[in-house]
Amino acid sequence: MRIHVQFEHVTVSYGAKTALDDVSLEIPEKQILGIIGPAGSGKTTLLRCINRTIDFVAGAKVRGRVLIDGEDIFRIRNVYELRRRVGMVFPLPVGLPLSVYENVAYAPRRAGLHDRHELDMLVETCLRQAMLWDEVKDRMQMLGTKLSGGQQQRLTLARALSLRPEILCLDEFSIAIDPVTTMRIEDILRELKSEMTIVLVTNLVQQARRLADRTAFLSAGRLIEVDETETIFTKAANRLTERYVTGDVG
Amino acid sequence: MVGNGLHSSPSPPAPLPKGEGRPAANPFAPSALEKRKKLKETVAQWVLAAVTLSLIVPVVGILAYLLVQAWPVLTPSFLLENPQNYMTAGGIWAPLVGTFFLVLLSLLAAAPIGILAGVYLNEYAGDNWATRIINLAVMNLAGVPSIVHALFGVGAFVLFAGMGRSLLAASCTLGVMTLPVIITSTREALSSVPMAFREACWNMGATRWQTIRTIVLPNSISGILTGVILQVSRAAGETAPILFTGAVFFVPVADHGWDSFFPYGLGDRCMALSMHLFTLATQVRGVSDEVQYGTALVLIGLVLAVNSFSIGLRVYLRSRKKW
Repeated sequence: MRIHVQFEHVTVSYGAKTALDDVSLEIPEKQILGIIGPAGSGKTTLLRCINRTIDFVAGAKVRGRVLIDGEDIFRIRNVYELRRRVGMVFPLPVGLPLSVYENVAYAPRRAGLHDRHELDMLVETCLRQAMLWDEVKDRMQMLGTKLSGGQQQRLTLARALSLRPEILCLDEFSIAIDPVTTMRIEDILRELKSEMTIVLVTNLVQQARRLADRTAFLSAGRLIEVDETETIFTKAANRLTERYVTGDVG
Repeated sequence: MVGNGLHSSPSPPAPLPKGEGRPAANPFAPSALEKRKKLKETVAQWVLAAVTLSLIVPVVGILAYLLVQAWPVLTPSFLLENPQNYMTAGGIWAPLVGTFFLVLLSLLAAAPIGILAGVYLNEYAGDNWATRIINLAVMNLAGVPSIVHALFGVGAFVLFAGMGRSLLAASCTLGVMTLPVIITSTREALSSVPMAFREACWNMGATRWQTIRTIVLPNSISGILTGVILQVSRAAGETAPILFTGAVFFVPVADHGWDSFFPYGLGDRCMALSMHLFTLATQVRGVSDEVQYGTALVLIGLVLAVNSFSIGLRVYLRSRKKW
């Protein structure tokens, strides 16, 4: 099993506050890694390190190394290519002020794909995988910003898939989506696993249990434990992990 | 064990006072307190409305007075004829065209620089000492009195750049004057585009420029244009910056034909409405009141028309806002 993403002693601080504290983590290729942990435990910061959107956070300092396919991504110059390889869905639904079609075609166009037929195919595939196709196929010219919150969230997912990334980072992707649609998207994610590595940050502990091959538990910026999901949920080595996954956190 | 639950401790809060004299028949009849509140609400609303309405009194008053006084000269020929007989007769065509070219050239100079600088400051510049100094400079530039701009124009454009006293030098001076406001309004328009849109694009590997070109500018261009158009009226009304840099009392220009539309070359001195009004009112004897009031009315009408157009454009574009 090949290691796709590797964190080596990564410490991230925002001014005086330490968001990630000496995290070392290996993410195997073509698996789903679940990341769970209470609010403020550094889950989102960890994702932001993978596609370097941490660069946009004013005052954030990163120490240590993050390697993708053995390459230190904080030393590469073409950060745009990195972000094309790493799809990212943040919890806030964002429809760009463009048509539904152009929302999904946006990134492929910027990356140089202009063939109309290929774009049509790609847009349809991504919208189907995000479980949005049936709802928007007759109104592709409608503004993405006019969709409902849950639809915009799925539009965000479709956009993340539009570059066929090799790593897909999902941060609370199901927060605005109804449970039935969430289940369908989870099925899609299990299929997508054969194409890409998926990192799934979730507050729904059971979602991690359903989907993830391996699960990591973060608390207060530290990686407490990472193991096979079944192990984490049944015989966690650390007492903190056990209390969190069983809901006995008070 | 019933009653030994969560709500056992203090007694429930006292009910709100019902108000004296509320008839039992109508539970919605106002109490004395509610009547007092209603009275205060009404007074506040009327006072605020009266103060707001008083704002339009000067505008309407000035316009009405000018209109009445200028009525005898308000004919198409007043606009289309050149001043005659030492400016005591004829129309205002030459200064009108002069103002048009001054404003046009000043915006051609200032708008690209101002917009590009605004884009840089809002989209690229980090929060460091250099940016702060530039921001401070822009703010101060906006507060510089126009007569100081005039002296800067004399030093920089008329003398140093060797333009002499000319249409070009005067336009550049007006451009410098309008520049800081264009920068500021551009930045405001850009920052009205939510940050989430930019981050969504950056997440997908779009460069900053791709994001600006495809998302930020298309959704802020209306605000940017409105800011630029509002500077038309400011540039048209100013006298001081052009006084020493290119505008003169009188230039004989062609009355007919093509030349009357392009009466001034870039290096020529020109007439301007604001300057013309100043001249008529203080420097020339025997100018009838009607001609002076007519000139003032045309100037203020021009400014009001441009401002109204800009406000209309803003309303129209806001109604098409995409989020």
